[in-house]
Amino acid sequence: MTVDGFALAHLRRSPLGHLADRLAAAEATGPGGVRLREIPFLAQLNLRLDPAGPAAARAAEALGAPLPTLAGSVVATADLRVLWLGPDEWLVVGADGAAPTIEHALRRALGDEPGSVVDVSANRTTLELSGPSARSVLEQGCSLDLHPRAFGPGRCAQTTVAKVQLVLDQIDAEPSYRLLVRGSFAQYLADWLLDATGE
Amino acid sequence: MLLIACPWCGERDETEYHYGGQAHVAHPADPHALSDAEWGAYLFVRDNPKGEFAERWMHAAGCRRWFNVVRHTVTHDISAVYPAGQPRPVPPSDEHSEVTA
Ligand SMILES: [Zn+2]
Repeated sequence: MTVDGFALAHLRRSPLGHLADRLAAAEATGPGGVRLREIPFLAQLNLRLDPAGPAAARAAEALGAPLPTLAGSVVATADLRVLWLGPDEWLVVGADGAAPTIEHALRRALGDEPGSVVDVSANRTTLELSGPSARSVLEQGCSLDLHPRAFGPGRCAQTTVAKVQLVLDQIDAEPSYRLLVRGSFAQYLADWLLDATGE
Repeated sequence: MLLIACPWCGERDETEYHYGGQAHVAHPADPHALSDAEWGAYLFVRDNPKGEFAERWMHAAGCRRWFNVVRHTVTHDISAVYPAGQPRPVPPSDEHSEVTA
C-alpha cells in the first residue's frame, strides 16, 4: 500500500492484531475442535445497482460470476466472494490489496447506470471460526438456524452474534465461518468467541 | 419476542428490526394547500386500532430494507408481510367469508 510514494503497509494495525496469540492459543483439536483467527485487511467493496439493468451483466462479467440474486446466497470465484446483502446490494470480498482493482472494474461496469461502488475495506475486519465445534460455538450467540438443513457453504446472512451486528459467511462444510465485524466491535466479539470456545 | 419474516431474509428476531409506525400514510400532494391543522394531522395523528394494524418495519441488522407488516395489536399475530409500496393485502376473512373456514 502506498500513498504519495511512501510505503505505509508496515504502519497498518488490524483491529485484532494484538490478540493473535490469544486466538491461536484457544485452538482445540480433535472431534470437538475449533480454531479462531483474524483475517485482516480483506478487500471489501459495497456494490449497489439494479439487478435487472445492463450494469448487472457487466458487473458479472467483470467479477467472473453472476451477482447472486437469491437472498442470503454467495457466489465464489477463484479470487472473490460476492455476498448478497439486499435485493440491489452486494459485498464483494477479495484479498488484501485487491480493493483498487476491484473498485476500478466495478466502476467501469456500473458506467452511467444508477448505483454505487464504495470501498468499505476499512469498515470491518474478519474473524474466521472453523472446526467441528464451530457451529455449536456460534449458536451460543446467534438465533439463526445454522443446521446444514437451513444453512451451509454458499450461504451468508447479516444478523447479530452476541448482540453484535455482522455479516456471516459460511466458507465450507467443516464448518468454517467468516464473521465480518466492524473494527470497533471486533475486540468484544473476539473476547466473546474466546469465552464461548471454552464452554 | 416477535418472530418477524422479512420478505427477503425470512424469519428473524424482533431485535433485528426497527419499528416505523403506521404504513400507507401518503405524503400530501400539495403541502402548501393544507391548513396548519391538516398538516399537523398528517404529521402526528395516527390510527390506534385494537386489532389488525398495517405498520412499517425495517430489517436494521439484516438487509436494511423497509417493508410492511399487518400485526394484531392485542395478540401480536402477524397476518401479512409485504414489500413497501404494495397495497395492504385483503384479509382472507373479507373475501368469500362463508366459504373459508
Ligand atoms: Zn431482511
